Amino acid sequence: MNDHSLSTAFYFLLKRDLTLSMRRRAEAINPMLFFIVVITLFPLGVGARPQLLQAIAPGVIWVAALLATMLSLDSMFRSDFEDGSLEQLLLSAHPVSVLVLAKVCAHWLVTGVPLMLVAPLLAALLGLPSQGMSTLLITLLLGTPVLSLIGAIGVALTVGLRRGSIILSLLVLPLYVPILIFASNAVELASTGVPVTAQLSLLAALLALALTLAPLPTAAALRISLS
Amino acid sequence: MCIRDDRILFEDLDFRLTSGQVLLLEGHNGSGKTSLLRILCGIRMSDSGSVRWNGEPIEELGAEYYRRMIYVGHLDGIKLDLTVLENLEVARSMGQASDLPLSSALAQVNLAGYEDVPGQSLSAGQRRRVALARLLITVNRLWILDEPFTALDQSGIVLFEQLMTRHAQNGGMIVLTSHHSVSLEQVETHRIRLSA
Repeated sequence: MNDHSLSTAFYFLLKRDLTLSMRRRAEAINPMLFFIVVITLFPLGVGARPQLLQAIAPGVIWVAALLATMLSLDSMFRSDFEDGSLEQLLLSAHPVSVLVLAKVCAHWLVTGVPLMLVAPLLAALLGLPSQGMSTLLITLLLGTPVLSLIGAIGVALTVGLRRGSIILSLLVLPLYVPILIFASNAVELASTGVPVTAQLSLLAALLALALTLAPLPTAAALRISLS
Repeated sequence: MCIRDDRILFEDLDFRLTSGQVLLLEGHNGSGKTSLLRILCGIRMSDSGSVRWNGEPIEELGAEYYRRMIYVGHLDGIKLDLTVLENLEVARSMGQASDLPLSSALAQVNLAGYEDVPGQSLSAGQRRRVALARLLITVNRLWILDEPFTALDQSGIVLFEQLMTRHAQNGGMIVLTSHHSVSLEQVETHRIRLSA
């Protein structure tokens, strides 16, 4: 099997998942709606205290992004598991880890990217200083793919269970904590004008690590779930 | 040997299949036919024993083995929100693509003209036909089929028996389970009866 057919498989799988979410739009925009609703509720709950809102803005945005991603994780392999496509994926002539990466890419494009698009608006709503805005976007750009990649391992492990979502959160949340800490810390410091290269480099390193290492355990976990 | 829920489904099972042969697994419900097929695919691990392809265990061959086999299970693996053609495009990219155009493959399973129909508008039998069209659009020596005739009508069964005969005569191998009586003429058919 040559590289050409592997990239064809990657392309068709990515295209399939994107087409599917286009045709089930209501389901696909759920995470983004959740993200918007949670963040807009904060000013209402906290009251008219701009300083406080400004101070908690990085944390609020990142916690909401993290929870929104987690909500959407379960759908990553669920329908494939139920209709038998997952079996076909494992029995394909290509390395499963590469095909898994195509599915994770599609998941990120559908959930992570929309979060990045609405984040500046919501950050402005919370009064995040404009000097923190670019850092917020960079942390989301680096961090949300990691959330999808790590999440994929958890979903692959729990997809065979009927009530897997609670175990999924327990499995995945601890692994999300470092990203949450580095990312919200970076945004907070950037808003006060402190350089944040260290935090961003760490996030980039986490992304590189997850990108290379996460697909393999995901593929192995899918095999376990199906056997 | 295969154990499921502390029951021994089968043990001391030994068979080999060569070019042009068909193996029909028989047995009542729950006798382990599907489990055996899933072991042959490498989805499920056998509790002891091994599955070999050309003398090599399939776990070691990995993708090398999957390039030569295709499995159609109970589930059709069809996305209901995608059209027939979109479903087949993905299915073809998963294996080693054959030269047969997708539309001719559909014509062969009597679904010509259904290219742009979404999966959810198809009947169960038509979905089955789409799943079976996967066998034609990829090149595989070994077909592993779990109840391929489910939901197919009489003409569908005849049609598919012809396709299986052609595959075997071209040097292919088939392992299948079926509750229908399978009549393949001019093909060497072995039968194994599982009785748990």
